[in-house]
Amino acid sequence: MDWSPLWISLATSVTATAITLIAGLAAAVWRERHSGATLTLVDGIFLLPLVLPPTVVGFFLLLLFGRHGPFGQLLLHFGATIVFSWPATVIAATVVSFPLMYITARAALEQVEPGLLEAARTLGATEWRVFREIALPLAWPGVLAGTILSFARALGEFGATLMIAGDIPGRTETIPIAIYFAVEADDIQRALYWCAVDVIISLALLSALYLWARTQGLASARRPAR
Amino acid sequence: MALDVQLEKKLPHFELNVAFSATEAPLSILGPSGAGKTMLLRCIAGLERADRGRISLGQRVLFDSERGIRVPARQRRVGMVFQNYALFPHRTVAENIAFGVRELSSEKRAARVSELIEGTHLKELADRYPRALSGGEQQRAALARALAIDPEALLLDEPLSALDTHLRSQVEKQLQELFSSYRRPALLVTHNIEEAYRLGDRLLVLSRGRMAAYGPKEDVFRHPPTREVAQVTGCKNFSRAAMNSDGSVEAFDWRCRLRVDQTMSKPPAYVGIRAHYIDFLESAPANTGGENVFPCWLVRASETPFRITLYLRLHDPNGEEADYDLQAEVFKEKWQRFRDAPYPWHLRLPAESLFLTPE
Repeated sequence: MDWSPLWISLATSVTATAITLIAGLAAAVWRERHSGATLTLVDGIFLLPLVLPPTVVGFFLLLLFGRHGPFGQLLLHFGATIVFSWPATVIAATVVSFPLMYITARAALEQVEPGLLEAARTLGATEWRVFREIALPLAWPGVLAGTILSFARALGEFGATLMIAGDIPGRTETIPIAIYFAVEADDIQRALYWCAVDVIISLALLSALYLWARTQGLASARRPAR
Repeated sequence: MALDVQLEKKLPHFELNVAFSATEAPLSILGPSGAGKTMLLRCIAGLERADRGRISLGQRVLFDSERGIRVPARQRRVGMVFQNYALFPHRTVAENIAFGVRELSSEKRAARVSELIEGTHLKELADRYPRALSGGEQQRAALARALAIDPEALLLDEPLSALDTHLRSQVEKQLQELFSSYRRPALLVTHNIEEAYRLGDRLLVLSRGRMAAYGPKEDVFRHPPTREVAQVTGCKNFSRAAMNSDGSVEAFDWRCRLRVDQTMSKPPAYVGIRAHYIDFLESAPANTGGENVFPCWLVRASETPFRITLYLRLHDPNGEEADYDLQAEVFKEKWQRFRDAPYPWHLRLPAESLFLTPE
């Protein structure tokens, strides 16, 4: 039994989620501090991967990162090609999961009462400290929800990954791609097997989320009350 | 140390335009909601940018539009207590108070925090989260947190408005104690006349962004410079007025002639008297007259637990004019003594309590 699709899927999803967490938060913070009509267009671009068919996203990525694309050319300077390699799976998963992280992080940060941030400023805190010690901890439940949604989306990514990373067993073959090609090759048992693995991972993720939410609730209930 | 403020800022409905100086005596800023009081504090704290002007605190210039100086809020060392206290909900009381003193060594920090906790009587509550605190306790925690940075000026935005009546007087007393030991500029914003009077030494009345009055509180209350200030400081009775050649004042709306102690260089436009200065004679005067004594009839009354507000009509019980001429406030014990007396009652407008204002 070849376990590689599981490890590739997990490595890709974890890496993509880490990148998307930082990029999504940074974009949300940046967007919160700037407003203007043109930025609505930026919002649209940020959210585009959510509404476009993954194959379209994959095709654009191919244009950007392919041998003749701007990023592809740049990488070629350093003697690297990214298309049809493991990093390509990460790029695809990051791009499709970014909008989920961005919207949830932004909504969570907007929920934080501005007065608290102002109070921190009058107490001598730098902007970085205001973010790290006040805004982020208070927005954390929302940010965490965004992270889990992003992870789930990255784990399930198929279309864009196939376009830009292809199906190279042991290198770019993630679980969803393994399932597709198993069905295509009429290997129903293998397909069923990977489907079961996907269901188990998803259930584990949801249970972890549920348990976490419960401990949060208990922790707050345990805080001394009058 | 002095806090010198001179600033202009365009707001949606009017322009904030003030110039004042606060020294060691606490300054109350009184004004109706939406007069620009909170905006003024926010400009001083560095949370909003004024369009023009200059703010300095001691030797430090915090803002100077001409020289392009704008010290960020975190470097101003101006302590601010927000109207809703803005305590960090995810930190305990002690952690809230310690937030502003992170640069101190852990020993010094602990000493400073426990000193403030003791000073604000929060010892038992130090490890609680803000939501487990009552309004008065939250207020004290917010105050301790603002004081932790050893601020060179203190700004309090409606510090008592979120509290129950019985807590108010308690917190008010604590604030008075604080002000007497703080000895640095302290600005207190409120829309409550009595709070402004009790807590401040000086008074600034703000109306639609302008300084309608500014000075020692006794002066502002006794001789309000305008009718508007008189109203903001709680005066209910006004009459259009003019000076007669013999020095008496003709009160048109009250249809009478008055003797007034106050002298004015400008011709008066209004004469006014606060509701609780109106005096009632318990029996009809022997001869008609007596200085500033007039017959009156009760139109209606409105009771509070200890006092009663009487709406009165002067001279004649059923005239064409407004429903009542004067509003008087008296203790109930006093009212008991003349409430059953036959009409007309007689009231006196003491010459020393009447004030005149120009336009």
